[in-house]
Amino acid sequence: MTAEKLAQIAKGEQETQSRLTDVVNVCVASGCLASKSDSVKQALESELADRGLSGRCQVKGVGCLGLCAKGPLVSTRSGAIYKKVNIGDAREIVDHLGREPVARLLLPTDVPFFEKQTKIVLENSGIVDPERIEDYVAADGYSALSHVLQQMTPSQVIQEITKSGLRGRGGAGYPTGLKWSTVAKSVGTQKYVICNADEGDPGAFMDRSVLESDPHRVIEGMIIGAFAVGASEGYIYIRAEYPLATRRLRVAIAQAEQLGLLGAHIGGTPFTFRIQIRVGAGAYVCGEETALIASIEGKRGTPRPRPPYPAMEGLLGQPTLINNVETYANIPPIIRHGGAWYAGIGTETSKGTKVFSLTGQIRNTGVVEVPMGVSLREMVFEIGGGIPEGRQFKAVQTGGPSGGCIPAEFLDTPVDYESLAKLGSIMGSGGMVFMDESSCMVDVAKYFMDFCMTESCGKCIPCRVGTYQMHRILTAITNMTATSADLKMLEELCDLLKHTSLCGLGQSAPNPVVSTLRSFAAEYKAHIEEHKCPAGVCSKTMGVSA
Amino acid sequence: MSCWRMQQNDGSKRMSPVGGVKTLKIDGRDFSARPEETILEVACQNKIFIPRMCELEGLSTVGACRLCLVEVKGSNKLLPSCVTPVEEGMEVTTSSERLLNYRRMIVELLFSERNHICSVCVSNGHCELQTMAQKLGITHIHFPYRYPKERVDATHDRFVVDHNRCILCTRCVRVCDEIEGAHTWDVMGRGIGSHVVTDLNEPWGSSETCTGCGKCVHVCPTGALFEKGRSVAEMEKRRNFLPYLTMMRKGHE
Amino acid sequence: MATYVAKPVAPSEDKRWKLVDAAMRRTGQQSRGLIETLHAVQEAFGYLDEDSLRYVAMSLRVPLSQAYGVATFYHYFTLRPSFAHACTICTGTSCHIKGSAALLTTAKRVLGLESSKVTPTGSISLLSERCIGPCALGPVVVYDGQIAAAENARELADHLRSWIAE
Repeated sequence: MTAEKLAQIAKGEQETQSRLTDVVNVCVASGCLASKSDSVKQALESELADRGLSGRCQVKGVGCLGLCAKGPLVSTRSGAIYKKVNIGDAREIVDHLGREPVARLLLPTDVPFFEKQTKIVLENSGIVDPERIEDYVAADGYSALSHVLQQMTPSQVIQEITKSGLRGRGGAGYPTGLKWSTVAKSVGTQKYVICNADEGDPGAFMDRSVLESDPHRVIEGMIIGAFAVGASEGYIYIRAEYPLATRRLRVAIAQAEQLGLLGAHIGGTPFTFRIQIRVGAGAYVCGEETALIASIEGKRGTPRPRPPYPAMEGLLGQPTLINNVETYANIPPIIRHGGAWYAGIGTETSKGTKVFSLTGQIRNTGVVEVPMGVSLREMVFEIGGGIPEGRQFKAVQTGGPSGGCIPAEFLDTPVDYESLAKLGSIMGSGGMVFMDESSCMVDVAKYFMDFCMTESCGKCIPCRVGTYQMHRILTAITNMTATSADLKMLEELCDLLKHTSLCGLGQSAPNPVVSTLRSFAAEYKAHIEEHKCPAGVCSKTMGVSA
Repeated sequence: MSCWRMQQNDGSKRMSPVGGVKTLKIDGRDFSARPEETILEVACQNKIFIPRMCELEGLSTVGACRLCLVEVKGSNKLLPSCVTPVEEGMEVTTSSERLLNYRRMIVELLFSERNHICSVCVSNGHCELQTMAQKLGITHIHFPYRYPKERVDATHDRFVVDHNRCILCTRCVRVCDEIEGAHTWDVMGRGIGSHVVTDLNEPWGSSETCTGCGKCVHVCPTGALFEKGRSVAEMEKRRNFLPYLTMMRKGHE
Repeated sequence: MATYVAKPVAPSEDKRWKLVDAAMRRTGQQSRGLIETLHAVQEAFGYLDEDSLRYVAMSLRVPLSQAYGVATFYHYFTLRPSFAHACTICTGTSCHIKGSAALLTTAKRVLGLESSKVTPTGSISLLSERCIGPCALGPVVVYDGQIAAAENARELADHLRSWIAE
């Protein structure tokens, strides 16, 4: 596989495309598929076939177009996006190809949801066919890898990544360049590159979206990473609950192997790299690096104390690079445009963009990518489209079960690593769950504690027993049977878990509790002292004591 | 005595210098340490008490109980002394108001987790959990008891496992795997639903892999594993076999 | 006494074990491949039972308790079928020629299932598998692990009705 070959494929693809009079893109990522977008695709194909247009107009299955709330989504080459398309609309859509779009189906794109996004990770989502490598190559895919292999040394690659200021997108925000540099410098007989696709936060589906829409991007990022650190074997650890993403990855890997982009002597160089997929089996804790490694080793997914860090002693005791899906997805564009370009986006300490999934009580549920530093207010009311049915914004949960609930008074906070941490939350992987006045914050805290209790691996005492005790107290509060002594115990346990737990799960399990205790103390008080739930969610008959 | 994480890979080098003695301060006093020694090892050598439950000399360290956490100057995190290697110039505090509070809470959580009733237990008076509670000055348990219904498995002809008294320290798992080599014990489930099991969660008496060596019984810190024929307060554990076997094995290398 | 010395034998002649063997080979017949292999077992059989855990553990040289610990750690794996009864109808070529399609239709009618695989009460599951093994005896139906050969529609219906009556 050479740069010339890639250019050839791209040219061939572009020529084929230019001969078409039109292209109709139908989203075939999980969200729209659940609304039967595959039937819509078939209906469009039949409609074109009936008119003898199949040769001149293509119906393409593409990845996520972002605004899942309005799916199934269909777009045309002219840039029009149609919303909530059903099979009955196929005729009209085909009728209007090459003419003005179908007004009643049209989704306005001159709105903040689209205009405020800066698509880097998602630049191909909704445009390329995730199951055709040629489409990816035509969109400049694998040109970064080619450039790296022909023109750069591993340390130059690492320098570029360091210059970009990219920080781990899995949640911890650790400087990526530094991690790559550490792995590169560590000594071992065999190095590994792992992609953490275990996205376990309930309500977060950014990684799923990227993997279903543009899997080659992540693969390219991994290959570049392997080259930079000196690894020859890679794993993508993907959760079992993502069968479509897993399938698309398998297809993509096979295609990349066929074109000589994976395997031995990539690009005619001595560099060899192979990727295998490892499917998870339903354990949130396996999103933690050392637990993930244990799982790939075929063991129970229990974390181990760090140091030693995986960068030095990881999989099978060897230096291992572990990064999140989104982190790898940023690598090709950084190589193509340069680290300085990336560092020019975002804030002083949080460079680049971040993909977020907007869920919960918000009009525009879906996936968006914005520059770091966008304010929460913009996320809620402009990009998110506000709270539906005229209700009031109450809080936004960022970072999943490891994060905190941020109330209205902090809406002007910019979304970046440090600012969110200061509010007692975390950036996390990017899941944002919006809540309105119909949510009880104590109930929300209990929900997350239940999650942490169920997902706790059980190895360390603070998390294993502490989450149980905290859940018991939160249940008592929602059952209106708790006392102020219980509240004090809850706070003490929060402190204990945060400082003594073995891994991030236990250490951040108190975050939803602490943030709601701080910002919504009145609700706790109402439950305990007045036996009332201000949101009307909890009642004396609700719930069962743990 | 080296720690488990020091398995040498062929040709691998550590980033810290090998061969240099390190000096550090523990509780204001100066000590020296060999390379790769952990804070706990140095403390133990010098008779400084750091509480711990899952650690046992001769077995790999897992850093699970969190009792051995110490304060280290310059780090805002508490570090588990059983797995943390000594660094040159480190300043360690092994005991403070804060650490004592955390240790008490951890032990109290253990008491609340299962059914630890000393008065009827074979290990009464010889129990590490009991001794730890006394050492930490625990007088009563603040957390409500969970009262889980746990099993007692007396099918083995010589030993009994009483899950009411198990604190999931995993010493039994480790000794059976690392010293005896049978790996009869492991942990099933997760979180607070975890249990130690023999083979495929079968009665211990019908285990195909258990050699009946009794090592697990003697490394168990509480009365969870004990010998048949012992009555209340009669189960005294004998641990000398562990450093002895370790030493004998080293001799063969 | 189970030993890890002799080559382990699959628990039954069921051809689905070949899928499991393939998974073990794919991951290099190493203990590291345990989770991938358990996935293959669960995909083929719907759940992990004692025999399959034993077979996989011995084949991969993983201690029994370790295999059990892994199987019970991950929520995705289940050690029990989650239904009271499981009926699997083979739709392999030979059984198909012998009329398994009609059996499937009958089963769906009797159980009141159209496209779903489990009855509304969650007590009976109906699966179709492409080739269970004893092709000469087709059409093959498996009732709770018991292979019934040359099954006809009336016997099938009676059997399923007896389950419903429980």
